[in-house]
Amino acid sequence: MRISLSQRRVLWAYGFLTVSLIFFITIRWYPTLLAINISFRDWNVLKGAGPWVGLENYRDIWDDLFKPRSAARAAFINTIKYVVYGVPLQMVVSLGVALLLMQIRRLSGFFRAAYFIPYVTSAVAVAFVWNWLYAPQSGLINQVLAWLGMPTQPFLQSPNQALMAITVVAVWQGLGFSIIIFLAGLQQIPEIYYEAARIDGGNGWQIFWRITLPLLNPIIVYLSVLSTISFLRLFALVQNMSPRGAGGPLNSTTTVVLEVYKEGFAKFNMGYAAALTVVLFVIILIITVVQLRLLTRRVEY
Amino acid sequence: MKLKRMYTLMAMLVMVALIASACAAPAAAPAAEAPATEAVATEAPAAEAAATEAPAEEAAAEAPAADGDVIEIEYWQYNFEARILAMDMLIEQFEAENPGIKVIHNSDIPYDQFRDKIAASVPAGVGPDVVTLYYAWQPAWVAADYIVPLPADVFPPEEVNTQFSPLVQASFQDGQLYTLPTAVRTLALLYNKDLMTAAGLDPEKPPTTVEELEEQAVKCTTFDDAGNYVIMGFPVAMSGQAHHWFREILLRQYGQAPQSEDNRTILWNASQAGYDAWNQLLKFEMELKTGDATLFDGDPNYFLAGQSCFQLDGSFRLGTIANNAPDLNFGVTEIPTANGVKMTFGSYWTHGITNKAAADPARMEAAEKFLKFITTPAAGTLWVAETGELPAQLEAASDPALLADPKLGPFAAGLPYAASTFLVDESVVRQSLIDAYDAVKLNGADPAEELDFAVQTSQELYDEFWAADE
Repeated sequence: MRISLSQRRVLWAYGFLTVSLIFFITIRWYPTLLAINISFRDWNVLKGAGPWVGLENYRDIWDDLFKPRSAARAAFINTIKYVVYGVPLQMVVSLGVALLLMQIRRLSGFFRAAYFIPYVTSAVAVAFVWNWLYAPQSGLINQVLAWLGMPTQPFLQSPNQALMAITVVAVWQGLGFSIIIFLAGLQQIPEIYYEAARIDGGNGWQIFWRITLPLLNPIIVYLSVLSTISFLRLFALVQNMSPRGAGGPLNSTTTVVLEVYKEGFAKFNMGYAAALTVVLFVIILIITVVQLRLLTRRVEY
Repeated sequence: MKLKRMYTLMAMLVMVALIASACAAPAAAPAAEAPATEAVATEAPAAEAAATEAPAEEAAAEAPAADGDVIEIEYWQYNFEARILAMDMLIEQFEAENPGIKVIHNSDIPYDQFRDKIAASVPAGVGPDVVTLYYAWQPAWVAADYIVPLPADVFPPEEVNTQFSPLVQASFQDGQLYTLPTAVRTLALLYNKDLMTAAGLDPEKPPTTVEELEEQAVKCTTFDDAGNYVIMGFPVAMSGQAHHWFREILLRQYGQAPQSEDNRTILWNASQAGYDAWNQLLKFEMELKTGDATLFDGDPNYFLAGQSCFQLDGSFRLGTIANNAPDLNFGVTEIPTANGVKMTFGSYWTHGITNKAAADPARMEAAEKFLKFITTPAAGTLWVAETGELPAQLEAASDPALLADPKLGPFAAGLPYAASTFLVDESVVRQSLIDAYDAVKLNGADPAEELDFAVQTSQELYDEFWAADE
């Protein structure tokens, strides 16, 4: 059989695709399928594979959701809080910074790098630095508060403040990435629109609301998808900033992913942990599909 | 075009095959009945084959050193400097005596993650052959068949009964010995002499009763103008030793046993005495304001840094202090009495052999030899010198020089009256008490209700454990 040039090209393409396909199958899909399988089992991780128990783990999660003080319930509620507080905060702050960065010419490279460094820093290192900043009496933030004559705050030691304190760090850490994407979006808006608006007498505020924001819509949707997912998967910061990594105090900072870890590796209850993962997977899938629908909708002006 | 379709078809076939195998793999494992050993078997097929297929040639396999064949076993413990140094010395001695065995010492795991890492090592098919665990983790690890029974011919139960501290009885389950320790520990009260002097207290008269502890802790505590602690008299560290203090010491001193005789029921709130003991624990921070254990970098760093006067701790802390705060001017005294009752909590880190070692007779033998070596009186004597933990063997623990030591003496004095309890899963019990304490401290919740809730949380775990046991 003779192979034509175009066929050979197709062959090559599939050859290269196979490499990434194998990667995805072995590193992504196979463990995912395993996790789904484990979620239907009573699986003690020290013991290894356990018997099939059907939906029992899912029923346990369902029951725990209605127990007022269960860690799983706290985890789901907290995860929603992280998304609700974190995503808008990250959008607003990063857009603000991006707009300011558009204004400056001097040192703009330096500022961009400065904002991007936290994003490429290990979450564990970030968590430790912020732990010291937040420290109850000796931390820098509390020393500044004391110097200003204001009462010191418990931050991470308080069930009311800890979640917000961690959200701020997560936003700070993710800021660099959002800023870069916003900058790219801002640079793509043609200058002529702004010129036309200025000739028509539009002020800065009107230009922002009527031109900049609508034209940034695809960027905003794209970033909100990404940051929603990243807040849904929050783990490293919480594990390293809550007392003893337990998502406390009093489960006030725990997340679904942290509960997966605690159930699986601290309580050895891998079946329940896997079921939690599947639930989170389904939630992320739904959110992603819905948001992608919005993203692919073409907006013409 | 046809070719394209063919490739698509092939790719799909590959996918289906992979998915099928993914689903089949875990399903097959339980059928084999020995999922954990399976991984080990594939890891060392040569040794396995030698052991099972050629039992007649056992003699050859038994003397691996003869042909230069060295057996490697892995030993894991959590990261605690003094213990690592002591174990390194023991391993060196052991390897010198047993040239055919090499012990790999893994001690890089922080305390808080030790259990997690062990758990993660099992599905990965790696992990220790000999492992150090807290005595109260044993039931959960035995229930999971992770650690194996110790053979009676190598570790005769009568010897353990007569030669080891009575605390070590907790290593027996249903009459079967599972683990053995090098050392045991009791709690005592550490006090900072300089801070006591500064507060106008006599540093040679540390508190002997809870009332005296209250009084002296209050005197020792100082605040700055903004009301922040400068010196803490007695911070109650729930994530440190204070949950043991409540459960094992205060409850008994107030006349309430922590658990039923059969270890099935938690009794912390079974009487008014239980609530009284709980209130005594809470009183220090909530009412007397003698300190907050979450400040100054947490327990026990404030004591090492000279920022707190009194610290409830185990003798293992002596090693930490010697290494990190050698100039600290401190003393040690027995745990203060309450209602005239003397009490302390005895516990230990113990060593077990895992099913990974048990899967291979040669490794098992090496693991047994190692375990035997690190639990001798001589090992205990080396251990106490390096770490401050008391020898588990009575012969070494009753050494007059040890009892006369001003720092170790009060710990050793506690050994005869120390109490300890079988705990189904120490980490859950500990967390339930930490949460109860935090709820009162941070949310102003009702102490009695929180104690009831902690009992309920821990009892659920006990019920589950015993139900699975039957």
